[in-house]
Amino acid sequence: MTETLPAPPAPAGAPQRRSRDARGVLDWVALHSIGLALGLMFALPVLFVLLTAVMGDDEAFTSALWPSEWHWENFALAFEKAPLLKYLGNSLLYSLLATAGMLLSSIPAAYALAKLRWRGRDAVFLLVVGAMMLPPQVVAVPLYDTWSSLGLTGTLWPLIAPYFLFDAFSVFLLRQFVLTIPQSYVDAARVDGCGEFQAMVRIVVPMARPGIAATSLFCFLYTWNDYFGPLLYTGERPDQWTLSLALASFKSLHQVQWNLAMAVTLLIMIPAIVLFAFAQRSFVRGITFTGVKG
Amino acid sequence: MTAALERVDTGRPAAPARGRSRARTRHRLTVLAFLAPAITGFVLFFGYPLVATVVFSFTRYDLINPPEFVGLANYLFMLDDPLFLTSIYNTLWLVVVVTISRVVFALGVASVIARLRSGVGLIRTLCYLPSLAPPVAATLVFFLVMRPNGGPLDTALGWFGLQGPLWFSDPDWAKPGLAVILLWVSGDLVIILLAAVLDVPQEQYEAAELDGAGALRRWWHITLPTISPVLLFGVVNSVIVALQLFTQAVVAGSAGSGAADVTGNTRNLGFPDNSTLTFPVWLYTQGFRYFDMGYAAAMATVLFVVSFAATAVLVQRMRRSSHQEEGGSGA
Repeated sequence: MTETLPAPPAPAGAPQRRSRDARGVLDWVALHSIGLALGLMFALPVLFVLLTAVMGDDEAFTSALWPSEWHWENFALAFEKAPLLKYLGNSLLYSLLATAGMLLSSIPAAYALAKLRWRGRDAVFLLVVGAMMLPPQVVAVPLYDTWSSLGLTGTLWPLIAPYFLFDAFSVFLLRQFVLTIPQSYVDAARVDGCGEFQAMVRIVVPMARPGIAATSLFCFLYTWNDYFGPLLYTGERPDQWTLSLALASFKSLHQVQWNLAMAVTLLIMIPAIVLFAFAQRSFVRGITFTGVKG
Repeated sequence: MTAALERVDTGRPAAPARGRSRARTRHRLTVLAFLAPAITGFVLFFGYPLVATVVFSFTRYDLINPPEFVGLANYLFMLDDPLFLTSIYNTLWLVVVVTISRVVFALGVASVIARLRSGVGLIRTLCYLPSLAPPVAATLVFFLVMRPNGGPLDTALGWFGLQGPLWFSDPDWAKPGLAVILLWVSGDLVIILLAAVLDVPQEQYEAAELDGAGALRRWWHITLPTISPVLLFGVVNSVIVALQLFTQAVVAGSAGSGAADVTGNTRNLGFPDNSTLTFPVWLYTQGFRYFDMGYAAAMATVLFVVSFAATAVLVQRMRRSSHQEEGGSGA
């Protein structure tokens, strides 16, 4: 019992230091084991998806974890079973146009919120935060009503169009990035005779490039992953479905097994993995900005 | 919105010099020009629909015939609608469980990663990547991972002699299953908390170490209080995530029912036994499957009030900290 009691604080003697080192090593091993376990916990489901995707039809829903035969043709087969290219085209239309529109509308708004001084700026910024936190279901009824009277339900336009005017999250995130650009650069441009628009295009946009990249990535992935929006507006029109929407009913609609369903699941995750691989720093900086800098 | 804009338009009292006032007018016009798309978008996609939702909530409206004023009937009907009460219960359950589990889990993971000496980048990447996965994909993955009788989780539990629950086939376990999915995709919160933990000034730890405080006590007395503003963000963010939980509930419900068909029929929403019928799912069903727009608008109004309260907590905190920032740096 006495041995396990913590040693009283005493002048560091040789034997005590050795026991402290041993404890340090144990701590290190324990900590890194937990870290490794966490990493595996996050990674294993994706590995499982890959392994299931290349299993044979009869093997996919069994307790087998490792495919007995590797059916790489499953990925091609999935394209034969469903009009995946059509869905892919719809997804790209939605994500790319929304991101382009977001850049056009959000950069000036972020500039006005971060680099121009005007009364009520803080209040307007809080409205942006409020809009960002609003569940999309709250405003769905009147918006659907309006788009329906314009005859645009059944298409993706009700989802794309708003990005050309206002996207709360993007304005918020870009504003956080633009704030970090020293005011002196903008002031110097003004002294040199730049108007605000020129100051934005020549000084702020180049300096905020990492922030613009991060915001674009988040916008692209948000729309790529979106399920509620496409379901709301194109649920009854399969030719307008995005990949996210199609994936939800892929298995039963196309009478396929889980191996093909998992192949499509993996395909739909590819943009996230690729974008992250190329722009890890932008992602991490962007996500950090959403929480830390109020 | 309008209140804030009026202040922009009226500005400060007129300056004596005409040139200055003209410059000021020009500055105001510049600000307006930069914000014009955003203001238009805010009014069209937030301002108008928020007001219209409240107006619609006092009507009966099916999208075809003109809205008919019915007073409080939609709100009174909520009390007689057993599935409304079920959906309130489900969503409140998720708000409580998801918020607590998500924040505690993310804080735990962030604290572990913050202390790692090697492999930080790899583990951070592994933990963040799932949060980028489409919710539909993440839900299908976990439906398969957690399926009873031969699923990998079931198999792994079996090695320890444990019998896993039926998860998405059992009304008692479907919601915990949803909470597990949300933990897997909580890597974004981990990154946010990790940045906050690493931001804690090192001197504070050293001072505490000199005072003989152990690692746990340092974490409790220094790390936790210092990152509490970010923790508050995590709590509010998790509440909002849980309040609007839709996709995972719909996909898990339809996959669990064996008919992964999410369009055109309502029979598998909420499967099993309405246990995954969250508030937004019931709102969607009423409004866009039954076309009872008035009732859906009333539910949307309730959702708005609750999410507004959660957001107000965060905004209040941000307002305080932005005032401090301005006072401190003079920017």
